Amino acid sequence: MNAIYILWLRQIKRYFRSRARIVGSLGQPLLFLVALGFGFGPIFEKAGGGNYIQFLAPGIIAMGILFTAVFSGIEVIWDKQFGFLKETLVAPVSRFEIMLGRTLGGATVAIFQGVLVFLLSLLIGFRPELSLLPVAIVFAALIAIFFTALGTALASMLDDMQGFQLIMNFLVMPTFFLSGALFPMQGLPPAVAAIAAINPLSYGVDGLRGTLVGGAHFGLFTDLGILSIVTILSIAFGSYMFSKIRV
Amino acid sequence: MFSIEVKNLTKKFGQFTAVDNISFTVKKGSIFAFLGPNGAGKTTTIKMLTTLMDQTSGEMLLNGFNPRTQSNEVRKTFGIVFQDPSVDDELTAYENMEIHGVLYKVPNSILKPRIEQLMKFVELWDRKDELVRNFSGGMKRRLEIARGFLHHPKILFLDEPTLGLDPQTRNHVWNYIKKLNQEEETTVFFTTHYMAEAEKSATEIAIIDKGKIIIQGTPDELVKKTGSENLEDAFIAITGHEIREEEANSVDGMRLQRRMWTRK
Ligand SMILES: Nc1ncnc2c1ncn2[C@@H]1O[C@H](COP(=O)(O)OP(=O)(O)OP(=O)(O)O)[C@@H](O)[C@H]1O
Ligand SMILES: [Mg+2]
Repeated sequence: MNAIYILWLRQIKRYFRSRARIVGSLGQPLLFLVALGFGFGPIFEKAGGGNYIQFLAPGIIAMGILFTAVFSGIEVIWDKQFGFLKETLVAPVSRFEIMLGRTLGGATVAIFQGVLVFLLSLLIGFRPELSLLPVAIVFAALIAIFFTALGTALASMLDDMQGFQLIMNFLVMPTFFLSGALFPMQGLPPAVAAIAAINPLSYGVDGLRGTLVGGAHFGLFTDLGILSIVTILSIAFGSYMFSKIRV
Repeated sequence: MFSIEVKNLTKKFGQFTAVDNISFTVKKGSIFAFLGPNGAGKTTTIKMLTTLMDQTSGEMLLNGFNPRTQSNEVRKTFGIVFQDPSVDDELTAYENMEIHGVLYKVPNSILKPRIEQLMKFVELWDRKDELVRNFSGGMKRRLEIARGFLHHPKILFLDEPTLGLDPQTRNHVWNYIKKLNQEEETTVFFTTHYMAEAEKSATEIAIIDKGKIIIQGTPDELVKKTGSENLEDAFIAITGHEIREEEANSVDGMRLQRRMWTRK
């Protein structure tokens, strides 16, 4: 066993032990699927967009991954406050390995959460194309790793949970709402289109949509390329910030 | 041969000087007591020695390595029991031990039997699969101590290791520390507020107050120098009678607020 593996395993164990958290974090995606899916469905169809549930489900799957990933990254703050972080920081293990173990663990959990939302959306009426499912999982993994690493980076700068609200309100929510998860990218006002185009989640949503229902806006290769690059950057950023932690 | 060498070490938090230009050495294989009233700067010193915090100025060497520039070598040489909790209480006691063993690369063949031996020693073996969250304060403390002993480091930092333990367990733990010290030549650097512990176990003592080391020597020397009956009287004679209120919770809360955006 090595350090990366045992820290990965720790994240997994903590996740599966808090059933309340698993169920609780399904509430929001379910609400979005039902309220938006059924609420906007008729208008969307009338406007010629096709079945809205088909359009929406990949966006909500991305949302499930996004929230769980950021939250997993932010757990660094808990570990700071409850003291466990010190235990890992004095160990003869590089900061990079610690960060990687935590991030991969958090990302695994986020992917699992994405799978749960996927299953939930099937119940609501989502009918995906399954031939590219493995590629969809790659997209899910990239979204998960990107945002867990980003959460870790931000949490490394903060000392208590009050910062968490700031991150949720000023980063996670805008990232989600301006990603094309809820609305098509075609014909947006230029400002919104520009923001969506620099939003990494847009490429994740687009990739999931392209693989699960078809019709990627940017194209699957663009999605994959951009998402891979930003994921590497966010791991680098995350491990740099993590290495700066002093407790 | 010194395990720890500290020269002109200073730590400032903004305007406030927590550790003020201290110098000392700890001989290999000794049991060194670092004593002082609340807020004297003991934990801050330990944090700098154990790579958790950067000094403002001054030099340190642990087994010849610099904690700042050779942190990985330094981390290989020491083990620590923190003053504050540092176990993961959403894991079981056994899992906490296991993670520690893996992080410190204790070979598998040694790890399992040693975890069992140590957990029996602190009488937690029959509760090894329980979440630490459900443990009492003393049980958590015993787990922290057992974990600190797991990888047999060359230097062992113990920041008030016996805080909150009953007298039986305290004795028990000290016997183990002495055994490690004798059998493996482990250098022990500890802080405590139980003067009897320091008097009984330490081969050398340094007393720090308001960030400065005031006096240093063997327990006997300190008692003699101050003309006291025992170490407790000597300690009070040296550090005065006033009560330090450093640990007040409101202060801690404010410190947290202040630190939220300003990383140090
Ligand atoms: N991160 C920090 N920011 C600001 N001040 C700090 C910080 N850490 C410690 N201090 C201050 O430095 C001083 C020394 O604290 P330290 O924890 O080293 O004391 P100590 O000797 O370990 O005391 P105790 O016996 O109560 O554990 C205290 O006044 C404390 O408030
Ligand atoms: Mg202290």
